[in-house]
Amino acid sequence: MLKLVARLGENFLYLLETTGRMGLFFGASFASIFRPPYSIYAIVRQIYFFGARSVTVILIVGLFTGMVLGLQGYHNLKQFGSEELLGSAVALSLIQELGPVLTALMVIGRAGSAICAEIGIMRHSEQIDALECMAIDPLKFLVAPKFVAALISLPVLAFMFNIVGIFGGYLAGVVLLGVSEGSYFQGMYNSVEWADIRLCLIKSLIFGVLIVWITTFKGYYLHLSRTGVFGAEGVSRVTTDAVVFASVTILVWDYLIGSLILS
Amino acid sequence: MKKTTLEITVGAFLLAGFISFSWLAVKMGDINPFASETYPVTARFTSISGLKEGTTIELAGVVVGKVGQIELDAEEYEAVVHLNIDKTVELTDDSIASIRTSGIIGDKFIKLTQGGSEIFLEAGDEIDETESSISMEELVSKYIFDSE
Repeated sequence: MLKLVARLGENFLYLLETTGRMGLFFGASFASIFRPPYSIYAIVRQIYFFGARSVTVILIVGLFTGMVLGLQGYHNLKQFGSEELLGSAVALSLIQELGPVLTALMVIGRAGSAICAEIGIMRHSEQIDALECMAIDPLKFLVAPKFVAALISLPVLAFMFNIVGIFGGYLAGVVLLGVSEGSYFQGMYNSVEWADIRLCLIKSLIFGVLIVWITTFKGYYLHLSRTGVFGAEGVSRVTTDAVVFASVTILVWDYLIGSLILS
Repeated sequence: MKKTTLEITVGAFLLAGFISFSWLAVKMGDINPFASETYPVTARFTSISGLKEGTTIELAGVVVGKVGQIELDAEEYEAVVHLNIDKTVELTDDSIASIRTSGIIGDKFIKLTQGGSEIFLEAGDEIDETESSISMEELVSKYIFDSE
């Protein structure tokens, strides 16, 4: 019985400790962005890794998401005889929700797992300690460029996703199912407002920060994770953790941002 | 990977993102730096129920402007609607502004009908002749309760 209480207390303390560490980690690494020396080239390389190499997967996922939306939307709207609303339905759901969220999920899967494993292995092979010995701030050197790159790449990818998705909806709705082209695009232009585009922008910026924050944090503190295993198995567990945790956080925050801004 | 190839890829990536963003913003967000200039006129209605800011203004079925700010005149209890009309369209001072619905359940819009006067409205003028929005519910209830 006493053991159970002790277990509960231990878990709570661990949770508190991790939360605090996450907060400090975020503050320190975000502040280091603004501290010279600024390494533009490191940021460019991270944008290449985060953004440019995700384009293919984003384009494919976006196209098919749009096509599915077009197809489903068409069959649902047809029951009310209002197929002309298809354009606005596809565009609004892409811009407000699916664009930023699916982009974030794809980036977590592609880049988030990779940076977590990369930093985890650096921690394991004591490269991070080596950086500290050379008086190089590992947060500034490793984490800060990733934050900047994610802040730039995520919105870019999300907007590409939206455009390709709208084109996918056009393919499915107009080309295959025969909705009139004019009503598809005109309905879209009329119903989408600047506020929707701003929402997409805000969401993808926040998601970018969350992704880098969670995945780098998990890798950086590999040695403090409570799984108790270090080395290759530890890295694999921490990476899995990071991907799951980041995905769940994205979906929760998606709701929070949506309800805060739409209300 | 050579440094230049990497830079070109990143540059192309950013450019593509910028183009997608501006396409969305201009086409859909109504943020258009090249938009044709408009001039403001106002119109007073007893009821504008259902009319929203940003809805279209039509003249002979052609879109000629957008609804700007909507206010309540606290003294007259009337709705004051600011209309932004394209500079290319000149309205006579006896034009009629009426609130119409597209379809039975469609959105409200403002329909302008040109008058026969030779004096044209200028920026800041008011359209005197207006028709308020017709509420389906009111019409239906009138029909039901009158027929008793």
